Amino acid sequence: MGQNEIISLQNIAVSFDGEPVLKDFNLQIGEGEFVTLLGPSGCGKTTTLRIIGGFVKPDQGDVFFNGKKITAVPPYKREVNTIFQKYALFPHLNVFENVAFGMRVHRKKEAEIQATVRRMLEMVNLTGFARRNVNQLSGGQQQRVAIARALANGPKVLLLDEPLGALDLKLRKDMQVELKKIQKQTGITFVFVTHDQEEALSMSDTVVVMDKGRIQQIGSPQDIYNEPKNAFVADFIGESNILDGVMAGDYLAEFAGKRFRCLDKGFAPMEPVDIVIRPEDIEAVPPQQAELSGTVVSVTFKGVHYEIIVDVHGFKWMIQSTRYQAVGQEIGLEIGPDDIHVMKKSEYSGMFGDYSSFSDEMEGLLNSPEGKGQ
Amino acid sequence: MKAKRAAVPYGIWMVIFIIVPMLLVLYFAFTTQEGAFTLQNIATVGRYSNVFVRSIWLGAVATAVSLLIGYPVAYIIARTRACWQSVLILLVILPMWMNFLLRTYAWMTLLEDSGLINNLLEALGLGRVHMINTQGAVVVGMVYNYVPYMIFPLYSVLAKMDPSVIEAAQDLGASQARVFWRVVLPMSMPGVISGITMVFVPAVSTFIISKMLGGGANLMIGDLIDMQFLGSSYNPNLGSAISLVLMVLILICMGIMNQFDDGESKGGGIPL
Repeated sequence: MGQNEIISLQNIAVSFDGEPVLKDFNLQIGEGEFVTLLGPSGCGKTTTLRIIGGFVKPDQGDVFFNGKKITAVPPYKREVNTIFQKYALFPHLNVFENVAFGMRVHRKKEAEIQATVRRMLEMVNLTGFARRNVNQLSGGQQQRVAIARALANGPKVLLLDEPLGALDLKLRKDMQVELKKIQKQTGITFVFVTHDQEEALSMSDTVVVMDKGRIQQIGSPQDIYNEPKNAFVADFIGESNILDGVMAGDYLAEFAGKRFRCLDKGFAPMEPVDIVIRPEDIEAVPPQQAELSGTVVSVTFKGVHYEIIVDVHGFKWMIQSTRYQAVGQEIGLEIGPDDIHVMKKSEYSGMFGDYSSFSDEMEGLLNSPEGKGQ
Repeated sequence: MKAKRAAVPYGIWMVIFIIVPMLLVLYFAFTTQEGAFTLQNIATVGRYSNVFVRSIWLGAVATAVSLLIGYPVAYIIARTRACWQSVLILLVILPMWMNFLLRTYAWMTLLEDSGLINNLLEALGLGRVHMINTQGAVVVGMVYNYVPYMIFPLYSVLAKMDPSVIEAAQDLGASQARVFWRVVLPMSMPGVISGITMVFVPAVSTFIISKMLGGGANLMIGDLIDMQFLGSSYNPNLGSAISLVLMVLILICMGIMNQFDDGESKGGGIPL
């Protein structure tokens, strides 16, 4: 990983029609890094990308590229290229001319264009497609043309705006591997936007979790998953049981009416905290062997494991286990000290909790007038 | 099946008012006034070749001017906010709600030697300019009447254009001018072609405009045909023959245009 800072966003603020989209936003991206901007729709991740690309001018703050201020530089003069959400290929040009577009605009020599396009098409496995009409290609193929077109310009930074969103699951997985491979091969800095947490975790060197126009956490995929900074990050990345708790002292957390040994310290005595316990860390055991026990209320087969919802005094826990549990059965939940993750209280505390309800989005649908009748 | 049945009324309409009249034109063009077969009418058309050339020339100039005026207008409308687009479109349509003859009369009074424009020019001390009864006046009249037909197809193509394609071109290093010539214009070719068709065809065959604004000296094919049916030189057979030749000429022009369109959409790439 190069340590040179290639892009720096400083104190950026943007609003559209008076609606703030980014607030006091600071982000540094190192050369050769694979950075993912991850967040729900409307969190400002695409806007961040468009600021780097030059399509959105920030109301406040500055953009630096290799230490040079580029805030006012128009898109066509920036050394970054973008892969757009819906590919945005030129429908009036064939595959070859799409890939060659950037080089033709820059008046490169014909021989160089021929060679580069051939090399790019080879890299994205589209050799032999040069003369095809882009409208006759499948989604996956169009995606590859878009990648080749952006890379043919030899950018220092490649911006990818949910490029895999329109592909089906299997193809998406393949493209994830392929993109990662291309990134390693070329050494180009990738700034990748997605709302798919799995995609973010599996591809990135650094994940930037965003919500409401602010960065919630920056870190490696492992950090983000294992050490979420607040309830939002814990809830957005993977599944989590989030409980209200207090720190009874160093290495001692109190939640669900019991005290548990944990690995966290340095909190004020009896400080209220959020406790995160990942479903896969909880062991289903006979009730008498565990501190907590409850009744199984639902079991869903997920292929790799069963997703089991357990009611413990009204709080619905999710556990993931490869062993089947029958609905109505009484089971114990075994939680080890390193399964407990303690977070400071934040604005998101109390917004996410147990598994007694659907996701917020689903809840919204059910509560809408159209949803009620069903 | 239902859809097919729904087409029956139009089918009948088409036979009575399109197919049959076409066959009648064909019949009259190849017969004498007594009904005997002849090629004389078609041969006579040759005598009016100067009228044909003038019509096609004036039609082409009017189409070109309409394109030059209409494209920027359509482009600007397509780029304004959605709520303003309908207002601007309305402004383009508005003159069309006025009677065609009235509009052309209005231009007569504007362009006359003692008309509004000339009075204004003289008041400004620039002197009078003879405008009425010139080819320029005919072109102005045609452009004024037909430019909406150029704007609409262009607008609908430009409004539908995916803005991210334009951003992609900028992203790849194209300045505004390059984006226009390399992406926007080629992608709007279908609109250009249909706009040209919709202006050129009525412009070539117009007759009122040339009569009112062009005077006697700038006779067009439409006037010639008009004279054969309603004028002093009553000769519907010759009129039909002229119509037929005009139709063939327009078909040829359109064929050439469409050829051009196909070439564009396949995207003139350099083969590997």
